[in-house]
Amino acid sequence: MLPNDTLHQLKFRDPARARALRKALEQLVAHADHAPVSVMHVCGSHEQAIAKFGLRAAFPRDLQVIMGPGCPVCVTDVPEVDEAVALAKQGVRIASYGDMLRVPGTSQSLADAKADGARVDVVYSVTQAVDLARDIDEELVFFASGFETTAVATAAVLLDDPPDNFSVLSAHKYIPPVMEIVAEMPETKIEGFLAAGHAATITGSAVFEKFVGRHRLPVVVAGFEPLDVLAGLVRLLELINAGEAKVENAYPRCVTREGNIHAQELLWRVFRPTGGRWRGIAHVPNGNLRLRDEFGQYDARKRFTIDASSLWSYAPQKLVQQCQCGDIMAGIASPTDCALFGKECTPDNPVGACMVSAEGTCKIWHQYGGHPDLRSMKRGVA
Amino acid sequence: MTRNARFIDERITLKYGTGGGAMRALIEQIFAKGLGDLGEGNIGLSAMDDGAAIRLGDRYLVITTDSHVVQPIVFPGGDIGRLAVAGTVNDLAMMGATDPLGLTCAAILEDGFPRETLKAIWESIRASCDEAGTTIVSGDTKVMGNGELDGLVLNTTGIGITDRIVTDAGLEPGDQILVTGTMGDHGLAIMATRNELALETELASDVAPINALVRRALEVGGDGIVALKDPTRGGLSSALHEMAEKSGVGIVIDEPSIPFRDEVRAVGELLGIDPLVSANEGKAVFGVRPRSAAGVLDAIRSHPLGRKAAIVGECVADRPGFVVLDTGFGSRLLSEAEGELLPRIC
Amino acid sequence: MCLGVPGQVVEVNRERNTATVDFWGVKKEVRLEVCDAPVVPGDYILNHVGFAIRRIPPEEAAETLALYDELLRLADDQDLMTQDVRSEIDAAPYAAPSPEEASDASE
Repeated sequence: MLPNDTLHQLKFRDPARARALRKALEQLVAHADHAPVSVMHVCGSHEQAIAKFGLRAAFPRDLQVIMGPGCPVCVTDVPEVDEAVALAKQGVRIASYGDMLRVPGTSQSLADAKADGARVDVVYSVTQAVDLARDIDEELVFFASGFETTAVATAAVLLDDPPDNFSVLSAHKYIPPVMEIVAEMPETKIEGFLAAGHAATITGSAVFEKFVGRHRLPVVVAGFEPLDVLAGLVRLLELINAGEAKVENAYPRCVTREGNIHAQELLWRVFRPTGGRWRGIAHVPNGNLRLRDEFGQYDARKRFTIDASSLWSYAPQKLVQQCQCGDIMAGIASPTDCALFGKECTPDNPVGACMVSAEGTCKIWHQYGGHPDLRSMKRGVA
Repeated sequence: MTRNARFIDERITLKYGTGGGAMRALIEQIFAKGLGDLGEGNIGLSAMDDGAAIRLGDRYLVITTDSHVVQPIVFPGGDIGRLAVAGTVNDLAMMGATDPLGLTCAAILEDGFPRETLKAIWESIRASCDEAGTTIVSGDTKVMGNGELDGLVLNTTGIGITDRIVTDAGLEPGDQILVTGTMGDHGLAIMATRNELALETELASDVAPINALVRRALEVGGDGIVALKDPTRGGLSSALHEMAEKSGVGIVIDEPSIPFRDEVRAVGELLGIDPLVSANEGKAVFGVRPRSAAGVLDAIRSHPLGRKAAIVGECVADRPGFVVLDTGFGSRLLSEAEGELLPRIC
Repeated sequence: MCLGVPGQVVEVNRERNTATVDFWGVKKEVRLEVCDAPVVPGDYILNHVGFAIRRIPPEEAAETLALYDELLRLADDQDLMTQDVRSEIDAAPYAAPSPEEASDASE
């Protein structure tokens, strides 16, 4: 097996090491006493990294690396999108991260509302939204999507004396609680988790210790370069084969056990965790982040009366009932199991959020071909 | 007919202008439908090539048109004027017509447009025409009301004559794919300027007429050059997909071989945009028979605009219409940009 | 969760608590109020939506830098010669035996 200090000597895009790690992964999967071995990652960026570097074509056939509910855009539920759309149609100016624009609500997305004349600005950072608010007289609502890493940024601007015309519609989410839900699903065959390196930079790897204790499933925190992902998986497989349920940090350059204490303080000063629905995953206790009462003056839900009922008078799409995003996000189904995938549901005409977001499982499968066997496409010497 | 038959939405939205599958579907289903044919031996709208080619005796008259709506109209590396000239000159070159006979230019201005800006843009047009060895032979001017148009729109139409048309549909398994330089420069340079991310960068558009470079390559490669396309909207990804689809071959690309500027990669990562779907305005993609590849590569590299040219992949018989990227760590199917370049944030 | 990009601090503005950070030749201003440690020019940080969320310790940073430089140099040569890559890595003072060598030895 690989010596432990190899993890600390990672050269993150070295193809030679990548090949070595892939070989190690094959050996580990072959030594497992069952097949397939199923692990889950809960980070859209891990899926993006796997897709971008074509790692799935390189994983051993008997290793299933399933994408769990780690795409924050995908798990932002219909009612939350409806709130943003309703506000936009009420004439309120909305600023949003680009990814959220095309996520379908009950009947419309923010992009649809914008095409109808609503004012929706795409921003790359919450600070850009604040700057915009300073430049205009009217109200500006920031539609705050993203997991805890991104919520830290929202918290920071709220603590930095934002202008009076600025408010936040929080759709932020918190990942650790949903891992519990997935681990507890009766159909789940997940044997270990790859945890998101950047969220863990904030929260620390310690946040998974209780989870591991309760569910006896190993968790490895991994980064996003190709070698980070491969090494994280190697470590995870080692733990699975050895039957060891513990938390390991395979991303020490960014993650510590305690995490970024200062950022955590800011986060929990501004936000409180509350139960809520995630798209397709029913109730996630403590999975949603809402503004604390002390920040009520910046809470768009308090500042405005949001009436989303007009959106429900559009005939709800029958298709939504057939959408399997929930099961796909929980790792129980794959995109090709969904009858709508690639037909009624495409990146051009998405039914579920998994097809909209750049990190959505279905979008990535559609774009990158999911699990095509690309090994057979050979190339001569160029 | 394109691989994924699409329905055209009730309203034509921004995605239909981005050069990808949606736009091609629009052209097929609305613009080209029912139009009279040019007849045998000619290349018309239904071919959806970079231009049209009309037989004139034993030669071809090539004609192409382009409208330019770029914002901002002046950007690092160029302006809308240079873009208008280079875009059309390059489209002609992509059909094999590397000596333009002349360009027309129609300008639509917004009421209140500054004279000095117009003069500067016109100077840019003049200089770019010189570079390309051509000139503006006819034009039109319109002014629209304030707010009815975003500053300035330019349309250029170009004509050229050539003995041999190079389409983008001539590829066969074994043919080599070559790019004339770094990819993704123009699109990301514009994105970096346009948004309020306040990126400090030297990243500039690569806008330039490349007809001289293509001429040199054609002189050396002759009919060993079987496909030509410029990776404008939709970037290298779109260009490769079109070539693969029209020729009925699969394409395998060695991603590490694709030349990129560091800043393009950096801006791409910061904005969450893949450089492979970002436009170029001074580069070309060549499909070359294996026997001619080395010679064509040398010819291109000998030109100042082609120093970073590289062979980046080849055509295969499997999976016609698909483009596979060998990333060096694994492989993936290259996707086409769908719609506007909306950056990924989270 | 995503888009965490590492860069090097070029300048620090104490008043505004921001830093100018260089990402492979592209500079951007980044806010420092949620960073886990104070930063000075030369430090490496991890940027997420315009905030530095981590000061990457120099030992780790040196390795990352070496790799990114290699990556860029490889891009110039347009040629992934594994042997060259490995020799360069092995020549670095902090190199560990590569896993390939380790597993070759055990076979």
